[in-house]
Amino acid sequence: MSVLNKHAILERSPTLLFTFSLLVVTIGGIVEIAPLFYLENTIEEVDGMRPYSPLELAGRDIYVREGCYVCHSQMIRPMRDEVERYGHYSLAAESMYDHPFQWGSKRTGPDLARVGGRYSDAWHVDHFTNPQSVVPESVMPKYAFLADTKLDGKYIGDLMETHRMVGVPYTDEMITEARMDFRAQADPDSDWDGLIERYPGAVVSNFDGQPELTEMDAIIAYMQMLGTLVDFSTFTADASR
Amino acid sequence: MSDNANQDAQDGVGTTGHSWDGIEELNNPLPRWWLWTFYITIIWGIAYTIAYPAWPMISSATSGVLGYSTRAQVAEEIAAVDARNAEVATTLANADLATLAPEDPAHQFGVAGGAAVFRANCSQCHGSGAAGAKGYPNLLDDDWLWGGSLEAIEATVRHGIRYEPDGDTRFSEMPAFGTFLEEDVIAATTEYVLSLSGAVHDSALAATGAESYASNCAACHGDDGKGSTDLGAPDLTDAIWLYGGDRDAVHETITNARFGVMPAWGPRLSEAEIKAVTLYVHQLGGGE
Repeated sequence: MSVLNKHAILERSPTLLFTFSLLVVTIGGIVEIAPLFYLENTIEEVDGMRPYSPLELAGRDIYVREGCYVCHSQMIRPMRDEVERYGHYSLAAESMYDHPFQWGSKRTGPDLARVGGRYSDAWHVDHFTNPQSVVPESVMPKYAFLADTKLDGKYIGDLMETHRMVGVPYTDEMITEARMDFRAQADPDSDWDGLIERYPGAVVSNFDGQPELTEMDAIIAYMQMLGTLVDFSTFTADASR
Repeated sequence: MSDNANQDAQDGVGTTGHSWDGIEELNNPLPRWWLWTFYITIIWGIAYTIAYPAWPMISSATSGVLGYSTRAQVAEEIAAVDARNAEVATTLANADLATLAPEDPAHQFGVAGGAAVFRANCSQCHGSGAAGAKGYPNLLDDDWLWGGSLEAIEATVRHGIRYEPDGDTRFSEMPAFGTFLEEDVIAATTEYVLSLSGAVHDSALAATGAESYASNCAACHGDDGKGSTDLGAPDLTDAIWLYGGDRDAVHETITNARFGVMPAWGPRLSEAEIKAVTLYVHQLGGGE
């Protein structure tokens, strides 16, 4: 039996066939995935990235819970038409603290990767409450109930610890101050200096315009942060990536 | 199928040597064209990984002999379009809009390009037809909160309105009169405000409201209620309402105050894009 005919041995034994298939797939997988962890040109460090503030993180959880990713992507592809419409293409580093990432695969609605700062808080409230009141042609459902659900941030520290377990660099200080920061971000009259120091660039505002802290505050805080952390006026894209 | 053995004999093709209940399997070779296509795809695959970035090495992956990169490609595409428009875009960016003739190519480029900028960035609030929505001004009429001249529109686009991160933004804030005026005074003032635009109102109450109007509202909205574009104070006499002009809406506005925020677009748009969208908005119908 020549070498070329040796495959007959594998084909006649299901156990051997399975074992060797697994071996081949494993090698293929390792060769494709492992280099991504050490190759310098796949890991790009970008200034400005920071973990989500407690309120933004809570907003992100609501984003995931409501399935926003089903209709909205958060990844601007490196193509001229996308860059012209949405802004600078997304960098891998911009999703580095996302567990799981929200790149999405479908755009019934527009991409949200750089929606932060584009619209006023009041617009977001109007739009979440009744999207058709500001964009008549929109097919987005209403999320008015977000303004009715109050948040107290009781478990926000635990949530941050969970994220720390999977690699988000929350410090002990961030976790101890979590609940304070959570409330401070939605209350411009509070003492939010510590919050800004821990989370540079965080927007402090009474997002939903009501005295209570609600899910609406959290999700708008998240929206207003999206895509704003990296300063693209000083960022130079490395073409080899 | 029982005559497999006959076929075998006829074709002269060997069998695999298995026999299942007397049925044997022919061991035909793969068609040549199929086999060669298969070999070619393997060669193609290897050539592809040489031409394009692929193989992981010690510190980086091979960059491919064609030198392709997604980022370089998008930068190139953008540069190519910019280069095509460079001349007219530079003219527009440096132009004094007030003196730019409508038949100037830069003006035409601005209006057409401004429409695209508007659809991508402004339509979410002001509407795809620029007719606005409750709380978001209509840009088609000649009623302007902060002025409808080219200069005023450009300032609004560039610096936004009440947008705190921009130091040059224009700012005014109506007080929430509900926090310091009595309910009956607010009700009377509401009637007076309604009377300004000729809406149905209680004239007896409006007469008392006039006094409260003069002391609380006239500073911004003017003695005659015509408003002020320097302060972003709306004209109350023209029956054009941003937040609704019925009794309840006016009452609500006086009690809790309203002031919209528009983000500054200076940091997001290029100089030519700012001028372009200014021209576009100005020519929509209401430009002063």
